[in-house]
Amino acid sequence: MQIEMKDIHKTFGKNQVLSGVSFQLMPGEVHALMGENGAGKSTLMNILTGLHKADKGQISINGNETYFSNPKEAEQHGIAFIHQELNIWPEMTVLENLFIGKEISSKLGVLQTRKMKALAKEQFDKLSVSLSLDQEAGECSVGQQQMIEIAKALMTNAEVIIMDEPTAALTEREISKLFEVITALKKNGVSIVYISHRMEEIFAICDRITIMRDGKTVDTTNISETDFDEVVKKMVGRELTERYPKRTPSLGDKVFEVKNASVKGSFEDVSFYVRSGEIVGVSGLMGAGRTEMMRALFGVDRLDTGEIWIAGKKTAIKNPQEAVKKGLGFITENRKDEGLLLDTSIRENIALPNLSSFSPKGLIDHKREAEFVDLLIKRLTIKTASPETHARHLSGGNQQKVVIAKWIGIGPKVLILDEPTRGVDVGAKREIYTLMNELTERGVAIIMVSSELPEILGMSDRIIVVHEGRISGEIHAREATQERIMTLATGGR
Amino acid sequence: MKTEQLQTEQKRIHFDGVMQKLGPFLGLFILVIIVSILNPSFLEPLNILNLLRQVAINGLIAFGMTFVILTGGIDLSVGAILALSSALVAGMIVSGVDPVLAIILGCIIGAVLGMINGLLITKGKMAPFIATLATMTVFRGLTLVYTDGNPITGLGTNYGFQMFGRGYFLGIPVPAITMVLAFVILWVLLHKTPFGRRTYAIGGNEKAALISGIKVTRVKVMIYSLAGLLSALAGAILTSRLHSAQPTAGESYELDAIAAVVLGGTSLSGGRGRIVGTLIGVLIIGTLNNGLNLLGVSSFYQLVVKGIVILIAVLLDRKKSA
Repeated sequence: MQIEMKDIHKTFGKNQVLSGVSFQLMPGEVHALMGENGAGKSTLMNILTGLHKADKGQISINGNETYFSNPKEAEQHGIAFIHQELNIWPEMTVLENLFIGKEISSKLGVLQTRKMKALAKEQFDKLSVSLSLDQEAGECSVGQQQMIEIAKALMTNAEVIIMDEPTAALTEREISKLFEVITALKKNGVSIVYISHRMEEIFAICDRITIMRDGKTVDTTNISETDFDEVVKKMVGRELTERYPKRTPSLGDKVFEVKNASVKGSFEDVSFYVRSGEIVGVSGLMGAGRTEMMRALFGVDRLDTGEIWIAGKKTAIKNPQEAVKKGLGFITENRKDEGLLLDTSIRENIALPNLSSFSPKGLIDHKREAEFVDLLIKRLTIKTASPETHARHLSGGNQQKVVIAKWIGIGPKVLILDEPTRGVDVGAKREIYTLMNELTERGVAIIMVSSELPEILGMSDRIIVVHEGRISGEIHAREATQERIMTLATGGR
Repeated sequence: MKTEQLQTEQKRIHFDGVMQKLGPFLGLFILVIIVSILNPSFLEPLNILNLLRQVAINGLIAFGMTFVILTGGIDLSVGAILALSSALVAGMIVSGVDPVLAIILGCIIGAVLGMINGLLITKGKMAPFIATLATMTVFRGLTLVYTDGNPITGLGTNYGFQMFGRGYFLGIPVPAITMVLAFVILWVLLHKTPFGRRTYAIGGNEKAALISGIKVTRVKVMIYSLAGLLSALAGAILTSRLHSAQPTAGESYELDAIAAVVLGGTSLSGGRGRIVGTLIGVLIIGTLNNGLNLLGVSSFYQLVVKGIVILIAVLLDRKKSA
């Protein structure tokens, strides 16, 4: 299928989201669509699949002008959209998920399970997926759920699959599996639109790339004719001299130390420390137990055994309240789920852990609250019209900044950041890194969990590698390489 | 984002906010106009004062329910708490306890019953609907056991106690004054203190609230206790007004309270809503009851009309947010 979108314009209210975007997709190609958050990628794809209607512009498919009136119609014509938030019904079986809304039934309306199973099996075989059709989809890993979605798309005979951030929650192994599948699909003439922030993947899997900025197409080119720096430059419209801002660490005393900590079934015998002004990177494969570790250190879950030492004194953290009182902040990996009150103002979000500091007589001093919040909004350059804007309406990067702001407010001694730049665009990433560096200059100790190796290498002073719930190695930043970390992360020596 | 975009975004948010705040007021206003056109005596001061006295009981219960619903919970046991605490208060008075002291003890009993709800929901990890459905049944049963199914009468002639449900102060019914005082205190609690902010935060996103260091369990237990306390206070007013405790008092009061909260624009999924809205919701229900009585509509039809008004209000609210 060949798709041609020409001069697409779209406004939401008074917001001009797209102003003259052109996009072309050839049969059997993997086409990267890149741009910062808010550049208009999703809107463009939603126009293609009929969720939104363009104000102006042409869409032709195989040379014929075609406009879909809703995503279902697009799907029937062979264009499937796999969203970042997967459409999975966790309580239903894999089979039920595959045929949701497209169940095959006899004339009497009875489901023909055997027929559906055969079809599903055939599709899974083609993708070489080995998944039981009768297990609940919620029990599958995110990677497997993604495969369910792909299989679902292919069963509708999709010729074009749009994937929005498909690897955001996948393990390394699942990513390479996904790439195998994409390569196979390509051979069969299926085209893929690949939306991602991960530059390494774009260069690994894509044939062509279209870069968008502020609702316009900046460039479309063959991936072999461009490079990392050029893409970034076109995306942000300026040169990013270094991805990871430099800093000279001045390390102080151990502020936080954990000794022989274990939580049954998650991790075992974990010991490490972090000094003031230091960034300790925690690397490892997805599911190695890093997030569980951080949750237990912060008191969300209970430690079964082990000791926590803060500023040289043995202490206990039984719940998050105690952690906050002792100067710990926790930026969780899933900001929408655990970090933000989405339908609440930025002001109230930032104020939340800090309420007592401006409620001297038990009543909130609204003036002091406003000053406090304004200061943090400015300091973190959160882009918003007003502190009353709800968190939901912010871009990923700005949402993350709100979460960071609320913890900076408490004046933390130790900050735990779990995947601090997930789903954050390049420009905001850089701002978050700069902020982390500034915090360390003021003596804050940072523990950063990240699945992005370049980020671990670029930001950490020391790197701890976790493998299957145990610390498999500790490397000084100077001696660290991607290969060394991956070896430790996969259980090698 | 460009500044121009940001400004339109700001305007839109502002407009939505205003609509959300004004909706219930507008509803009440229109209702009052309709009722007073159909029967001008509705607006007579005596009737208005009467209305305020009538709504006090539902008001107190609904205020407590507002906090509960803001955390994303529900309390079906408020009517049963009212009945049980009323029976106990009446029993104490009959056996010679000073009535004022009895009312205070009754409120404490209400708070303890509410606390049981709170503990079941937090420590027992039960769904609020189920937990309070069960305690509602238990409290109702205990009331029947204690009263043996008969009203408790012979509450004496204590002046203070009689004033509480029937008296007037400066020409205003005492229950109305109690309700307004409770409203002011609770409004400050909800909008001006960290406790109120935390109430919203728990309803908005409980996990995020926990990670932000909020003592979720404690706040919730306190809120269910508050709901119990306010129910008991409403029960004392009812007991004083009827000069007796009825074994079946407060039946379906929980539903009127929930209706008032919802009419006031508070979201049943928690995190959004205002106590002023609840006050308006209480007045809307009160106006309906009072107005339909004035118009001589049979009590059977009154229920139908009340139900339809709730449906319309919620439908309009849906439209607005869509």
